[in-house]
Amino acid sequence: MSRVRVLVGTRKGAFVLEADGKRDKWDVSGPHFAGWEMYHVKGSPANPNRLYASQSSGWFGQLIQRSDDGGKTWEPVGNQFTYDGVPGTHQWYDGTLRPWEFKRVWHLEPSLTDPDTVYAGVEDAALFRSTDGGTSWHELAGLREHGTGPSWQPGAGGMCLHTILLDPSDPQRIFVAISAAGAFRSDDGGTTWQPINRGLRSEQLPDQDAEVGHCVHRIAMHPSRPKTLFMQKHWDVMRTDDAGERWREVSGNLPTDFGFPIDVHAHEPETVYVVPIKSDSEHFPLDGKLQVYRSRTGGDEWEALTNGLPQSNCYVNVLRDAMAVDSLDACGVYFGTTGGQVYASADAGDSWAPIVRDLPAVLSVEVQTLP
Amino acid sequence: MIRVVLPAHLRSLARAGGEVTVDVDGPATQRSVLDALEASYPMLRGTIRDHVTQKRRPFVRFFACERDLSHELPDAPLPDAVATGAEPYLVVGAMAGG
Repeated sequence: MSRVRVLVGTRKGAFVLEADGKRDKWDVSGPHFAGWEMYHVKGSPANPNRLYASQSSGWFGQLIQRSDDGGKTWEPVGNQFTYDGVPGTHQWYDGTLRPWEFKRVWHLEPSLTDPDTVYAGVEDAALFRSTDGGTSWHELAGLREHGTGPSWQPGAGGMCLHTILLDPSDPQRIFVAISAAGAFRSDDGGTTWQPINRGLRSEQLPDQDAEVGHCVHRIAMHPSRPKTLFMQKHWDVMRTDDAGERWREVSGNLPTDFGFPIDVHAHEPETVYVVPIKSDSEHFPLDGKLQVYRSRTGGDEWEALTNGLPQSNCYVNVLRDAMAVDSLDACGVYFGTTGGQVYASADAGDSWAPIVRDLPAVLSVEVQTLP
Repeated sequence: MIRVVLPAHLRSLARAGGEVTVDVDGPATQRSVLDALEASYPMLRGTIRDHVTQKRRPFVRFFACERDLSHELPDAPLPDAVATGAEPYLVVGAMAGG
């Protein structure tokens, strides 16, 4: 029987949650790297026992950990992230200029085909790649240097590159998203880049047709339709069907179109999940009711999924990297909260149950479907 | 032989049970001790001082012989008691919340 392994990054360590295909009884291991901020843990699609983890602290900086046995043991690998050349400046919140300065790795995206190749999205925003299993890292500087970089500015969480999508049908195509710069695409394996933000509207910007400056929170893709992307922006849920050439809003009947994560059902490319959040600044569920919203029509029409989720006095948030799906049948959906719960649905969102409820604040959730 | 006391998180990272010891070539300075420490425990590179600038990370301090050496020049000689191994060189995580 197939198994699932859920990789959870939290403010104070990493946890590995495992279950068989029924997904009703869970083994919990951790905390791994207790006391450290674990922004992201992700497995290689080419070798599920190869995991990469981003470990950081305000005291001791950034580390990258690698496992070759599915998270049982770990080895620190390379942690030197040096920008290519003289990195220059970007905008600060108050409109002044700040030099680019490495702070942490937000997201690790292993190659679809090579376990030793992995991409890292970092703050201050840049994309790095390792081709030796994380031992050494090299910036794909064409992103930061394509022209708009000096006008990028941080979102409330920092100027982070948080989303990396690799096109399974075209190894040269990569999508990334940066808060608060926008979405970008490379068609040559990361050497050159272009902004792909046409159709986004952000009232925080004076020019509604601005090429960059949009606070994109997350982008998701179904592997069978790599030109269709779904975006949870600061406000607005968006969709493109031409690899980002043009976006259109699909917020439809959502009670609020602010949120952080967005993901796509493993077997239904038009089934999308978001977690609507009250904003500005509250960043908790509307009326204290934790609700996932699902669209089976690729957006515009949304239904609330509440069965098993707290419907009173719930004031947690779900962060941008804290939702994932497995590829079992029926598709499993998972998300973690800033209150330390990790919820799972083994029926595509119809019903939910907590796997764990008292972890540190959850920063990221990834799922591996294992044979 | 120079004795070095690491904070708990870095001891775990280095898989060191307690105090660690390093030998330095030439004068015992903060730079030569940290160079030797990172040579013996490469996983500590970047956690105490910056990879490139070699500057001390802001929330890390260096103490020895009941003195704060954090702002001393990296090539200044360490106290004799540290150089002879009578007293340890302490790498300390600054008091900070979280």
